[in-house]
Amino acid sequence: MNTNLIDALFVFMLAAFIGFEVIRHVSPLLHTPLMSLTNALDAIAVVGAIVLVGEKKSTFATVLGVIAIVAATSNVVGGFFITDRMLRMFKTSRPTKPQLTKP
Amino acid sequence: MTDFAGSQYLIEIIYLIASALFILSLKWMSSPATARHGILAGEIGMVLAIAGTLLHHGIIDYKWIIIGLVLGTGIGIPLGMVQMTAVPQRTALSHAFGALCVTLVGTAEFYLRTPNVPKFMMSVLSMEVILGGLTFTGSLMAAGKLQEILPQRPITYKGQNLVNLLLFLVAVGSAVYLVLHPGARIFFPIIVGVSLIFGVLLVIPIGGADMPTVISLLNSYAGLSAAAMGFVLDSKLLIIAGALDGSSGLILSVIMSKAMNRSFSNVLFGAFGQVQASAAGEQEAKPVRSATPEEAAAILLAANKVVIVPGYGMAVAQAQHKVRELYDALTKKGVEVRFAIHPVAGRMPGHMNVLLAEADIPYDRLIEMDEINGDFPQTDVALIIGANDVTNPAARTDQSSPIFGMPILDVDKAHTVMVIKRGMSPGFAGIDNPLYYLERTLMLFGDAKQFVGAIVRELTGGH
Repeated sequence: MNTNLIDALFVFMLAAFIGFEVIRHVSPLLHTPLMSLTNALDAIAVVGAIVLVGEKKSTFATVLGVIAIVAATSNVVGGFFITDRMLRMFKTSRPTKPQLTKP
Repeated sequence: MTDFAGSQYLIEIIYLIASALFILSLKWMSSPATARHGILAGEIGMVLAIAGTLLHHGIIDYKWIIIGLVLGTGIGIPLGMVQMTAVPQRTALSHAFGALCVTLVGTAEFYLRTPNVPKFMMSVLSMEVILGGLTFTGSLMAAGKLQEILPQRPITYKGQNLVNLLLFLVAVGSAVYLVLHPGARIFFPIIVGVSLIFGVLLVIPIGGADMPTVISLLNSYAGLSAAAMGFVLDSKLLIIAGALDGSSGLILSVIMSKAMNRSFSNVLFGAFGQVQASAAGEQEAKPVRSATPEEAAAILLAANKVVIVPGYGMAVAQAQHKVRELYDALTKKGVEVRFAIHPVAGRMPGHMNVLLAEADIPYDRLIEMDEINGDFPQTDVALIIGANDVTNPAARTDQSSPIFGMPILDVDKAHTVMVIKRGMSPGFAGIDNPLYYLERTLMLFGDAKQFVGAIVRELTGGH
């Protein structure tokens, strides 16, 4: 139990640093889609709710779990969907393919 | 037994792959060229993780899981299809949903495990429901303000910070007691209830202009509460996803509060509304120069370089598509048009970029504040559409101004400044803008969408 806990703290620390490093480089242009993407990823909490509901340990837990699944799943689906819609809108005015012929 | 152990290993391996995909997903988000790969990586990771979880040996009944997944998908699809102007409130709402999930699971776990909850477990469980609870109601309040169901003006009362502090102490105190006495069930609903109330009270005094910081902060809290849930369930995947989301939200909040030259505590506890009353009174009917759409079109046509500065007003008037027509018309006439984006323009980080991208304006025309500020002295016309405080030169010069020190777009250095505005009423923060009284400034009074439309008609009228 205690080693698990220490392991978990290490994982948290490392993931937080990776998060800072990776996200520091995200262009401000994409801050809105970034937020909707992290939102969708964060809804991975759905896995906890799935186990809770599946184990059927008490009616109370199952009811709360089902609501939790609904809330998290709507974030997963809606989050990826809208992030994709946003990113599809970002177009550049420069030619998308590099030109092979040099002037 | 060996079979169980085998499937557990498989699930952990699947989670490991999903974690890697999540990190890649965010990494690819750093540039528009690779960002869509990022979504794909995230989606694959998510599907893998959910599929892997369904293999969990403890699951004995799938019926309600499937009902939940189907219902959630049914709600998620319309939430993914909202208008781009409604993205800030949609984002706030999804923070609320994420936090709701975490709070509910935490609550269920408590009642399943009490009174046998080890001290550390109880601490993270309390953290999970405190952060989850306050993020849930706080985000609902933010969504309500953004949707304009609730008043956008800060709501303040005497002793507000004291009340908030007391509530917070009650929540933390109950949590500490529960850690020491995990059988004292009665304290758990107190923690949850107080956190829910605390979330409401925390967001009530925050005005619309501070929303970018607050949404980012709530994003961070949602992530941290999910990470806490990961500790409770001993799920490294959840810890990683929560930590990524938490750090992302934190970085965005830091960027936003820097762009407003304010500290977190100032945003959260120093309601912007209070400072203004003193600053507003002194400005009495100074002369301004105004112009008609015809005059504005003529000036724009004579220019070589135009910088358009969009703000929340453009979003409210839904003027982004007209702005695109203006961009097209001017570009066609050989005028160089660029857009200057202030980090806190709009109601959430990156709000203006998304709106302009929606209107098909190429993203390489959208220039960040630091990059474009040096170009204003060589700019012929700065056209401000629905932005106010982010262009206020008082932030540079007037030490008594509530926004003194906030980095602004140096539009006043352009040869001509044009401001599309409904009237002379001060901006959201209620601070008068000396820019409007400059000799080089022309006020274009009217609705942003109609006025830009009228300019476009002038520009294209001959053809």
